[in-house]
Amino acid sequence: MRISPKTATLLVLAVLVALSPFFFPSNFYYRIGSLMFVNAIAVIGIVILTGYAGQISLGHAGFAGIGAYACALAPVHLGLHPGIAVFLGAAISGVLAWMVGRPILRLKGYYLGVATLGFGILVSMILTNERDLTRGPDGIDVPDLGLRALVNGLGLNLSNGQFWYFFSGICMILGAWIALNLFNSPAGRALRALHGSEVAARTVGVDVARMKLQAFVISAVYASISGSLLALQNRFVSPDIAGFMHSIEMVTMAVLGGVGSVLGAVIGAGILTLLPQVLTIFAEYEQLVLGLVMMLVMIFLREGLLPSILKRFRGRDE
Amino acid sequence: MSELLSIEGLGISFGGVKAVHDVSFKVKPGEIVSVIGPNGAGKTTLFNMISGIYRPETGRVVLNGEDVTGMEPHLLARRGMSRTFQNLQIFQSMTVLENAITGYHLQESGSVLADLFNLPASRRRAREAEAGARRLLERVGLERAAEREAGNLSYGSLKRLEIARALALGPKVLLLDEPAAGCNAVETEEIDHLIAEVAASGVAILLVEHDMKMVMRISNHIVVLDHGEKIAEGDPATVSRNPAVIAAYLGAEAEAEHADG
Amino acid sequence: MSELLQFLFSGVTVGAVYALVALGFTIIYNASDVVNFAQGEFVMLGGMITWAAHAAGLPLPLAALSAIVITSAIGVAMNKLAIEPARGAPVVSLIIITIGASIFIQGAAQIVFDKQIHSFPAFSGDAPLRVGGATILPQSLWVLGGAVVVFVGLWVFFTRTLLGRAVLATSNNRLAAQLVGINTNFVMTLSFALSAGIGALAGALATPITLTAYNVGIGFALKGFAGAMLGGMGNPKGALVGGFLIGLIEALTAGYLSSTYKDAAAFVVILLVLFFMPQGLFGRKSTDRV
Repeated sequence: MRISPKTATLLVLAVLVALSPFFFPSNFYYRIGSLMFVNAIAVIGIVILTGYAGQISLGHAGFAGIGAYACALAPVHLGLHPGIAVFLGAAISGVLAWMVGRPILRLKGYYLGVATLGFGILVSMILTNERDLTRGPDGIDVPDLGLRALVNGLGLNLSNGQFWYFFSGICMILGAWIALNLFNSPAGRALRALHGSEVAARTVGVDVARMKLQAFVISAVYASISGSLLALQNRFVSPDIAGFMHSIEMVTMAVLGGVGSVLGAVIGAGILTLLPQVLTIFAEYEQLVLGLVMMLVMIFLREGLLPSILKRFRGRDE
Repeated sequence: MSELLSIEGLGISFGGVKAVHDVSFKVKPGEIVSVIGPNGAGKTTLFNMISGIYRPETGRVVLNGEDVTGMEPHLLARRGMSRTFQNLQIFQSMTVLENAITGYHLQESGSVLADLFNLPASRRRAREAEAGARRLLERVGLERAAEREAGNLSYGSLKRLEIARALALGPKVLLLDEPAAGCNAVETEEIDHLIAEVAASGVAILLVEHDMKMVMRISNHIVVLDHGEKIAEGDPATVSRNPAVIAAYLGAEAEAEHADG
Repeated sequence: MSELLQFLFSGVTVGAVYALVALGFTIIYNASDVVNFAQGEFVMLGGMITWAAHAAGLPLPLAALSAIVITSAIGVAMNKLAIEPARGAPVVSLIIITIGASIFIQGAAQIVFDKQIHSFPAFSGDAPLRVGGATILPQSLWVLGGAVVVFVGLWVFFTRTLLGRAVLATSNNRLAAQLVGINTNFVMTLSFALSAGIGALAGALATPITLTAYNVGIGFALKGFAGAMLGGMGNPKGALVGGFLIGLIEALTAGYLSSTYKDAAAFVVILLVLFFMPQGLFGRKSTDRV
């Protein structure tokens, strides 16, 4: 039986989530693993926007910030359960992306990059400066999601790290499933078509403006959920989550793994999450290495790690 | 039979230079109308205006009785206008089959949510589009290349793929911009047959082509442009005897020779 | 009235810095169609190297000069190592490369220097000059003068020298320039050297007023880009005017609206220009060829 690329990807991810813990040297690695998965969710969103639709965003951390702060603020101010706040944040991010995206996505290339960058910085500026609401640059506590207690009530006995590891992993697989569905669907093909040739896409009937906007909104929701999960597992959030560096990290993870590939996104997120955690001396050099990775990948491995490796394998087959 | 596409006094200028000026003609269903003229006569510019890529400064484009002047290309596509490009606009990183499928998708614009969650409605649409696209690939002789990445195809195959993609829309009017350019004699003949066949099914065809033999062979009607203006029109025999046309072509050749020498 | 004048003074001072950054963008953009997001890092390097050299005992003018020379060399290295190998890459890749360079330079600056905020003495003292009820720092005049000298120098270079005309020819048509024997690689190198040097000069002049740290570059890059775009991408006169306008808008926002959100002013301008006037004040419209 032939396995479709979609099934194969999902299987690989499921195996990765399920079996990795057997190789963990310490419980600390559950924490790193869940960080990887949470980052991967945002990066899958970038794959949809940049890999499928060919549009760049240098401001997606802004949406992560909205998702994160929704989980911190909605329970306090609106009395919402933090779990509901995740969806509220995603809805706000989606609506905001839809409003901002309409004018912004008419732009191309550099201009789109700068406009999204400006948007992201505006969000982080507001989160930093509106102290009455967000408590400013020092950050704010986030309430407990309460899901671990529920799960453990069913007879499991997961530590906090274990719970977040598996929960983030499942969310990531779900996110991957949705992105893979999109890839081979009518909408996904329309996105890839406008990436290939905008003018041809228009003449075969693709409403380019509408499709770009949809990709932007979807990817914003991914970023938002990633931000929410990060805030919930850290029980804390600061404006850094919406900062320029976080936006750049998302894009770098995506291009490192392969911006056109969902599995590549997970790999890219994995590598760049793992590196600074494993090499503690790395902290000093984090920016240096991040910048270097961005340049090297774009110069020597333009399609990213995974597609380049796969290509080499296929080349050997023929 | 009444005309399907009517071009009325179209004109546009770039940086003060008139690229196309006051061009009018009509195309009926099942008819093949060719637009010819020396390089730089404004043929592609004319196509770009008709297909909504440029907005004309003067004149109207009437499709099936509706004024569609300056309408967005995707809306024109929904009204039955489809086109190919002189310099190939293929979705390189998609497979041949996927290229053809994109043409099918506009016929029903489903919800993106159905696509995201792989709902039955989305799968059904995908299946139908795939079946239709495979039939089309067979028609243009590309069925065996269906799963290959389009970027790897030969030039002649890409030309046919582009036509297949345009046909996937089920167009009433098909604009072909140099469909045989860069093709060898065999490929040209294949494309030739394909065009005649499509026209026979009732599609109005507007053609820009440099291969004069092909133009004379398949056109019902020819429109001649020179320096952006229509200098003659009529059936192939009449046009080929027209002194203004001969002068335009000879003049262009003389100019070209002059430039070469 | 004197309050307004005061805001205007501070506006033209930072505006002059933005104008220099915008000119840097313009030079590289014209030579290669690349928008160099690392442009702001050149300003940072100018400030940081001058500070470090001065702290190490060099007299201020020599420190500034060394900053300009070193930064130019870094600009050339960036072109050779990161931009040239990626020629023909899609715009998205080039954006990522130049941002990568920007972050790399920041990271290097953190290690070579430190994470502190630095400054050095103003060139002609700190005694403010009184003009019409407001005050202006002598250093502001240095910055303004620098912007004017650079602009005039560039104008002379591009219109009066053979080399400058070669650069212009390359920006108009790369292939044609190659055909008539212009070494376009050299033109690129020169553009990066010039652009980096101008950025460093801006940093050396402005630091006594604005202070410097490893992470100030991105702000300068964005505001300089806003200026270049407001003026019309690729137009040197537009870059100059646009840079000054951004500075003024920012100063007036800080003065009359909110000093917390003064940095937002540039982005609002970017967005407004992009939506309503994409070709900028002095730019040309372009049509896509199909």
